Amino acid sequence: MTVVDHTPRVARDDAANGPHPRISIRDLSVSFATSAGDRRIIEGVSFDLHPGRCVAIVGESGSGKSVTARTIVGLSGRGARVEAGALELHGRDIRSLPERAWRRIRGREIGFILQDALVSLDPLRPVGAEVGETLRLHGWRDRSARRRKIAELLEAVGVPSPERRARQRSGELSGGLRQRALIASALALDPDVVIADEPTTALDVTVQAQVLQLLEASKRRGASIILISHDLSVVAQLADHVLVMRHGRVVEQGPAEQVFASPQDPYTRALIAAVPSEATRGRRLSPTQDDASPSETASGETDAAREREVVLEARGLVKRFRAADGSETLAVDEVSFALHRGETLGVVGESGSGKSTTGRLALALEPADAGEVSLLGEPWSAAPERKRRALRSRIAVVSQDPLSSFDPRWNVERILADALPRGIRAPAARAARIGELLAQVGLPDEVLARFPLRLSGGQRQRVSIARALASEPDVIVLDEAVSALDVTIQAQVLDLLVDLQARLGLGYLFISHDLGVIAHLSHRVLVMKDGRVVEEGTPDEIFHQPREPYTRELIASIPALPRGAAASREA
Amino acid sequence: MTRTSSAEAPPTRRASPTPVPLRLVAGKAVAAVLVLLGAATAAFFAQAAIPGDRATAILNIRNGQAIERTAEELAPIIAEYHLDDPTFVQYLTYLRGLVAGDLGTSYQQHRPVLAIVADQLGSTVVLTLTALLFAWVLMIVWVTLTAGRGPRVRAVGGFVDTVTAGLPHYWLGIILLLVFALGLGWFPVIGGTGLPGLILPALTLAIPLAGFMGQATRTEFERALDQPFVLSARTRGMGEAGVRLRHVLRHAVLPAITLSGWALGATISGAVVVEAVFARPGIGSVLVSAVNSQDMPIVIGVVMLIAAFYVIANLVVDVAYVLVDPRLRRAA
Amino acid sequence: MTATHTPPRSAGFGPAGPGLAGTTRRVTRPAIRWDLAIALATTVLFAVAAVWPQLVATHNPFAMDLPASLQPPSPAHWFGTDEAGRDLYSRVVYGTRESLGIGIGAALVSLSLAIVLGTLAALGGRVASAVVGWLLEVAFSFPALLLSLLLIAVLGPSALTQILAVGIGTAPGYARMVRGQILAAKDSAYVEAAVALGHSRGRILRRHILPNALRPLVAVFALSIGQSIVWASSLSFLGLGVAPPSPEWGALLDAGRAFITEAGWLTVIPGLVIVLLALTATTLGRHLQRFLEKGETA
Repeated sequence: MTVVDHTPRVARDDAANGPHPRISIRDLSVSFATSAGDRRIIEGVSFDLHPGRCVAIVGESGSGKSVTARTIVGLSGRGARVEAGALELHGRDIRSLPERAWRRIRGREIGFILQDALVSLDPLRPVGAEVGETLRLHGWRDRSARRRKIAELLEAVGVPSPERRARQRSGELSGGLRQRALIASALALDPDVVIADEPTTALDVTVQAQVLQLLEASKRRGASIILISHDLSVVAQLADHVLVMRHGRVVEQGPAEQVFASPQDPYTRALIAAVPSEATRGRRLSPTQDDASPSETASGETDAAREREVVLEARGLVKRFRAADGSETLAVDEVSFALHRGETLGVVGESGSGKSTTGRLALALEPADAGEVSLLGEPWSAAPERKRRALRSRIAVVSQDPLSSFDPRWNVERILADALPRGIRAPAARAARIGELLAQVGLPDEVLARFPLRLSGGQRQRVSIARALASEPDVIVLDEAVSALDVTIQAQVLDLLVDLQARLGLGYLFISHDLGVIAHLSHRVLVMKDGRVVEEGTPDEIFHQPREPYTRELIASIPALPRGAAASREA
Repeated sequence: MTRTSSAEAPPTRRASPTPVPLRLVAGKAVAAVLVLLGAATAAFFAQAAIPGDRATAILNIRNGQAIERTAEELAPIIAEYHLDDPTFVQYLTYLRGLVAGDLGTSYQQHRPVLAIVADQLGSTVVLTLTALLFAWVLMIVWVTLTAGRGPRVRAVGGFVDTVTAGLPHYWLGIILLLVFALGLGWFPVIGGTGLPGLILPALTLAIPLAGFMGQATRTEFERALDQPFVLSARTRGMGEAGVRLRHVLRHAVLPAITLSGWALGATISGAVVVEAVFARPGIGSVLVSAVNSQDMPIVIGVVMLIAAFYVIANLVVDVAYVLVDPRLRRAA
Repeated sequence: MTATHTPPRSAGFGPAGPGLAGTTRRVTRPAIRWDLAIALATTVLFAVAAVWPQLVATHNPFAMDLPASLQPPSPAHWFGTDEAGRDLYSRVVYGTRESLGIGIGAALVSLSLAIVLGTLAALGGRVASAVVGWLLEVAFSFPALLLSLLLIAVLGPSALTQILAVGIGTAPGYARMVRGQILAAKDSAYVEAAVALGHSRGRILRRHILPNALRPLVAVFALSIGQSIVWASSLSFLGLGVAPPSPEWGALLDAGRAFITEAGWLTVIPGLVIVLLALTATTLGRHLQRFLEKGETA
């Protein structure tokens, strides 16, 4: 049985406080053999990791940050070739370790936290077994000793009634508890190095704050942390040293304050500038292309907006869901709102708040159990589908996953042609309109022949927006429309949406969990929790003078970029 | 439009009922009974579907002749089989008999079907269960060893699955018979009620089943190997064998468990053919000769019995699945 | 599976699952698909044997030659001879037409029934779909071989009965699959997007649901031809199919059954031919499926 060691970690390091980094990496590169030759995934990565410090690797998808993290524990993947000038752990060369040696290191000297505990914990095993696995693999043979330790570990990460929870499976726990259990399994043996790969993605912002606190506590106890994330504000909370990666290379690195306050590389600058928040209202997020005119955004004139016509109105909406085992859920509880022409109404809430269901009710894709929706003053939810069909051209939808909303057999041209209103019959007119739509969303003509599977995430979302614009609607409901996009792509799409609103006078019902996006985009904000509207107001009111306790908790949990970074963005 | 977000925590809901979702189980049980009722009805009308006068047919089958019959000759038959009752009454009598376990009387042998079948049933059941056991063992070993390896091994594994899954029972049985019994002499050729006589017939049934289940299992195995929780296990220091056996296998066999009910039915019906190949006693031979002589009560009786097994087996599997995997309780 | 019973889910088709990149796996694509090449070659061979058996056979399939009976395969008789001295190879060749005919006939019956029943079960409105769904469950509760046996008991053995028996016996499994596909399409996000665009139900059915649901069936048809031939031959093996001296493959099996121990080739070789045809059909089906989806995937 292991004796719990309480001596502070720093004293345990042989070269105290020091110049001796726990991990030292020089010129790391990883390539994979493919049928088309060798593909270099990452190249030239170098950094040091000291005790009690946090190195953050920031990048978007395809940047190679995850591969870097996994290479440090020897799990680059099948067929990977790892080369490095130096790769040292506690001064030992770990470049070509046999698998058996790696197994002793993983879990004990290096702990690894993955994202989204729902899939990172085995859904068929009790959570306690997952936590205990680390113990079992490294010598804890006695089952009752393990059980006690597991309860201890779960309690340490803040899981209430740990013995009971340990017997449950990950699907039975809430998102926050799951992630804590995952962290417990990684920290079970108190490893010196902790690698966290997107530990807060897919988490509600309040839970995210708690997870960051856990990591911070670990750091204070002397652990070294490597934090992988695409979210700059999360990184800013913990990092001492930041690496920015793009296409497998490090474009910039340095102390965190320096990188945020005065980024040197244009990509880093674009990355920082792309983060939407209250501070970015009224300006573009992405570098401008041809039209240099800064677009009007949701910066003001909310009173003027309120005087405009109401295009979409909901009163007292209620929706219940019944599951196969008979239990009932109240998803939407007396929700009312009014959307004016040319205005963006942001609906924000954590998971389970009922915001998506509200959107579906607004689109009359689900029947409401009570309450009603009217579109442009006409009865909408109460009308039979036959009557509604005529009105459907006035309201459109853009959803989170455009790919599944396209017929898998169709290419872009067919998708858009299918969405054109009946009135346009002549082939020439149809082609012209399709061309117009593409131009509006900034896509080149050559995507017409392509299939959605071959387009990037950003391009797919643009096609989805083009399809929504085809019938010249008055209202667009956007449900987490930018949540699945990389930060820089998200910035472009947000700018596009703002442009379109200014030009076409569209009203947006913008549903999101991302407070930064909501703050950037909305004229008015609706805060939802557990199916109810908790608070409603302008962004200024919500973010600076929140009245309700829940709203205050929400706002307090938002990780912010350091002051210095905000200043640099005006540059 | 997003319907469910994958990270969605279960929203506040009214307390979920008992650990055993009674409503769900009861619903499935009722559905099963309805299916059995439908099957029994179909079987009943199949009996009546044979062209010609039933009484004459029965008497002819019994005596092995095909002649016209007089009214006096037919009278006892008509009385015995209630052939002059209105159809609906016959139907009800039939149903009542079924519930009581009376499957009717054979035309040919003048004995209750249940007695005839009960004699032979044991042998077939033993064969079926042994075959299922072999199939599972073969499949698990094969898939665990060959799934998720280099492309060549995987190609071979997949190829073997496809080929074995498509092998006809009679052909495989004859090959095994020729090679192992006649050729190498390891097993007896005919009959053999003990264990040696069981192995080849059971393997004949097991190999195609293993190949078929193996396809689904292999797909699921490889999918699970790519999942993040496997990576989590590796980062804790788990080796390849541990990952495969302790994590992936449990996920990989889920589709095969779903197929268990169907597998039971397919194996029983395959047993009919295999018993013919190996000249084994069992309800297979009873069934085939009954079909040949159009002895409907036996045909109906055996088919109904197997259908009942099948429906009940599926019900058990369905319920067990819901109990084992709580995720399914909320899915429609 | 020789499937004396259609499974609840057609394995071998369907997506292999999203597979997150836990470990990066590279898929290599072979330059020449040798399995497709072989399958095409054998298809041509079977087709020729069915249409012009005279071109391929070496002897008269009905010519008896008692002194040469029960001979193992040799240069004179490639597949050996049966108990009446008839050349087995030529009998197999001449039997191709009838066997293939039974297989294709049964597949047509099966899939037509399956499409009708499956569509009704999925789309037919509350009452109709409940009733048809229940009917399918009832039919499905009889393992298919047994259902076929039941039909043969009622109708008496013959080639036509075989087609009907195998076709009706396999239909419930495919009907379930059709129903599943249609329901999946009905519940899909792209159908909902079409609703949001204001398209009518009829238009959505015609342009989205049916094409997407029924497209995989083309490949399934190829697969079911192979399966039907296997089942039909199983029935024949039991003595419940086409009667000898027809050179239909199942009849050959039935006849050879009596001589398993002395003249194994009489059953092994026709069985091998059947297996080969089934494999060919499966391979063709799989490649056809991939070809149909080629435009949309890499």
